[in-house]
Amino acid sequence: MDIFGVPLQAMLSQLLLGLVNGSFYAMLSLGLAVIFGLLNVINFSHGALYMAGAFAAFIGVSSFGLNYWLMLLLAPLVVGAFGVLVETSMLRRLYQLDHLYGLLLTFGITLLLEGVFRSFYGVSGQTLEVPESLAGATDLGFMILPNYRAWVVLASLAVCLATWFVIEKTSLGALLRAGTENARLVEAFGVNVPRMVTLTYGFGVALAGFAGVLAAPVINVTPLMGSNLIIVVFAVVVIGGMGSILGAIVTGLALGVIEGLTRVYYPEASEVVVFVVMVIVLLLRPAGLFGRERT
Amino acid sequence: MKRTAIASAALAAATVVVANHASAQVSGDTIKIGMITDLSGVYADIDGNGGAEAVRMAIADMGGAVAGKRIQFVVADHQNKPDIAASKAREWFDQQGVDMLIGGTNSGASLAMAKVAREKKKVFIAIGSGTAQLTNEQCSPYTVHYAYDTVALARGTCATMVKQGGKSWYFLTADYAFGQSLEKDTGEVIKANGGTVLGSVKHPLSASDFSSFLLQAQASKAQVLGLANAGGDFINAVKAANEFGLTKKMKVAGLLVFINDIHTLGLNTTQGLYLTDGWYWDMNDATRAWAKRYMAKMKKQPSMLQAADYSAATNYLNAVKAVGSDDADKVMAQLKKTRINDMFAKNGEIRPDGRMVYDMYLMQVKTPKESKGPWDYYKVVATIPGAQAYTTKLETKCALWK
Repeated sequence: MDIFGVPLQAMLSQLLLGLVNGSFYAMLSLGLAVIFGLLNVINFSHGALYMAGAFAAFIGVSSFGLNYWLMLLLAPLVVGAFGVLVETSMLRRLYQLDHLYGLLLTFGITLLLEGVFRSFYGVSGQTLEVPESLAGATDLGFMILPNYRAWVVLASLAVCLATWFVIEKTSLGALLRAGTENARLVEAFGVNVPRMVTLTYGFGVALAGFAGVLAAPVINVTPLMGSNLIIVVFAVVVIGGMGSILGAIVTGLALGVIEGLTRVYYPEASEVVVFVVMVIVLLLRPAGLFGRERT
Repeated sequence: MKRTAIASAALAAATVVVANHASAQVSGDTIKIGMITDLSGVYADIDGNGGAEAVRMAIADMGGAVAGKRIQFVVADHQNKPDIAASKAREWFDQQGVDMLIGGTNSGASLAMAKVAREKKKVFIAIGSGTAQLTNEQCSPYTVHYAYDTVALARGTCATMVKQGGKSWYFLTADYAFGQSLEKDTGEVIKANGGTVLGSVKHPLSASDFSSFLLQAQASKAQVLGLANAGGDFINAVKAANEFGLTKKMKVAGLLVFINDIHTLGLNTTQGLYLTDGWYWDMNDATRAWAKRYMAKMKKQPSMLQAADYSAATNYLNAVKAVGSDDADKVMAQLKKTRINDMFAKNGEIRPDGRMVYDMYLMQVKTPKESKGPWDYYKVVATIPGAQAYTTKLETKCALWK
């Protein structure tokens, strides 16, 4: 059976691979959406922090002999702590200014991080081995799926859903959302809003670090790995609707699949298809698929 | 107060930039070498700052002066954008008195710079870029193409693999001048040797993921997967090929592989891989001696390109010395009539089409057991004489060599 000249088997495997890539998009755009939705900051350093997460894992494994699972926990903490430092020392001072200032600051942090890693490690990249328990591949009948890629999908879905649940369905999430709508009122209830905002930013970037660790064994760990990805991830956030948590998750996965299909039918367009979708969505629904118009 | 402090700091920074600019403009009485390459992107390790350091070593070895004139050196990053490369080259030729330009990695950028150099009648030496068009369809009396080109890579690696039974090929190609050129040249060699090309898939430069492309390659049932890409793209493609078990069913041919790539991927992943290279640090006493000096500065072994940067700069400066002038026509004539004999090439010759012809080597990557340690990666399988490796007079479309 063929679908537009492509055998069903090939189609299924491409869909699955699209889902794998989509889960990276989902996790990264989720972090961006959390930060934008709750802090109104366009965090341009997200890609660099994703790269920092991957490098943290690489350094932990190669220099300190720690294992992958420990780094999966540790690297996001390190990246998150860095985020907390950035927020309290610099970003916090820009909240009352235009969005552009936050964007410029975080862009500067990107350049700084990339420069530091480049001067220490060069651009050829480093290799992190797939952990032994996830090495090997499973024959699914229509394709051979490396176990590690399956793990990536599961882990990222779990993290995405947990985040969505906490923010949308728990009282902590309600406080967070209320704090961004009217900080003064929430403070009157005895909530330390600035600390809540700091921790939110830390959590958002920790998600980027987590994605970095997940990516490290399958792609070349280089200082530029984040900037290759970040523009696409921004497009995902815009399509999903700036600040929409569910939008970021669903759009991330969907665009991974669309990109995968493009690679079968017209590979040359695979890097632009996301932006074509973005243009169409912006024309039809300027607030994004899941976004609410702000008045 | 704070604001004035920031403003004055910015002003100070701006002054430094301007001062640099001003000192660089003093020309006329100096020999000025410019180098435009990828200093920050995917190709920065194979050439980049290491390549610039190699040129500095060449200048230092000449004593910093030639024909009684001081030698100056400027470097810029083209960020893999041909338009940046071309406008920088134009600025340097017009305003900064650059006498000779070294074009680093990226074929698109080199083709653009070659056009500018031709228009301005200045010597242009392309080193890191692969496209054979530089000395074929787009040849110029002012271009020298050093190190390798796509034709030599195709004839080296591919002819051997076809002869060993790898008859059917599928290409994974970087979608720009270099990749297309390499795929085309390799395809011709495959057909000439009795093989077939089953198809190809083109991926953008610095693609984020190769798994979908590789599944398409696997579906083609070809015996050999030809990787017509380089640097980070090559590394990610090989990694994914291993992960998806492709390497068990197909042979992987790296058409442009640098020692830095092998260093990143490790011997477990790359052992047995065939590749064509024009230079390897551990070939003889002369190469080892130079590599040792380079290692002391850069803390890693040099690639073919970095060694070529040294050799090209040295030979250019020797030519300037011989004719006692930096006039591009005189220097080019001198370069073309002098044989190149140094740690990089034996009996190398710059032909009328601008191609520097020298022997290439077919290498095989050692197994982890064979390797004695870091950077001990290659064994020479065959020497490919320069005359066989590069485009011949019969094949050329270059008007300068008819």
